[in-house]
Amino acid sequence: MKRFTCDELAEHLTAYLEDALDQPSRDGMRAHLSCCEGCGRYLEQFRATIKVLGDQPPEKLSAPVRDRLMSAFRERHHRHP
Amino acid sequence: MGSFEGGGLPPDDIVVGALRAGDEAMFAALLDTWSRGMLRVARSYVSTDHSAEEVVQDTWLAVIDGIDAFEARASVKTWVFRILVNTAKKRGVRESRTLPWSTFERDGGPFTEFGEGRGGRFDGVAAWPTPEGEALAAEVRVLIAEALGRLPPRQRVVITLRDVEGCSSDEVCEILEISAANQRVLLHRARTAVRGWLADYYESVKQPE
Repeated sequence: MKRFTCDELAEHLTAYLEDALDQPSRDGMRAHLSCCEGCGRYLEQFRATIKVLGDQPPEKLSAPVRDRLMSAFRERHHRHP
Repeated sequence: MGSFEGGGLPPDDIVVGALRAGDEAMFAALLDTWSRGMLRVARSYVSTDHSAEEVVQDTWLAVIDGIDAFEARASVKTWVFRILVNTAKKRGVRESRTLPWSTFERDGGPFTEFGEGRGGRFDGVAAWPTPEGEALAAEVRVLIAEALGRLPPRQRVVITLRDVEGCSSDEVCEILEISAANQRVLLHRARTAVRGWLADYYESVKQPE
């Protein structure tokens, strides 16, 4: 098992969440997280950040642009049926 | 064609066949499913909402022109988003207000950006409030939009595709033609920066206990 400092843990959180670490590193991260309250909170905040990023309001094309693209698609098919 | 609501899009060969056959419902479904992410990605490279919309429009016109020649070496989505990224980059370079090209190639500053690491990251890391109130949630959304706008472009594109739009890491690597390791570094830096901003925000709105 690899040992991690708090700073190293923070550097590897994305890799940890993506399951991109080797087994000794993953075990080391888990061991550190299980006994370090600060890093546990940091991980929670990291997860919360990812969650709010996914909560951005939906966007859409303006109606004129959408209409123009639908016409362009229709015309192309008429040119090359 | 039926509706794609809820069930996602059909497999690529069906999508491509329908587009080539002039199936308007299929084209509309792609347009409505991918354009929102495309607008966000375009905004990483260009300076205004108007430019971003033009980039998306030009991309779809290129897709319409190119669908007959599409060779399925990549997924349709990857293909469309690659055209988008190339179109947006070119446009971004042309725009006088855009940062010099070298900025696109820089991965951004150290982890200490955006208030990170001040006064110790781990001592006194407080639990964040749950943004239950709609007012707080709305403020956080605005903050996130601003935070994205301040990220270096490469970080911004990656975090937008991954965390805002929910693309897989494989998709992002294919769209941006970068390695998995590079994708992870860019994503991690972006997340770390955004977390730092959120932490500052939550600190500033903290209620007295």
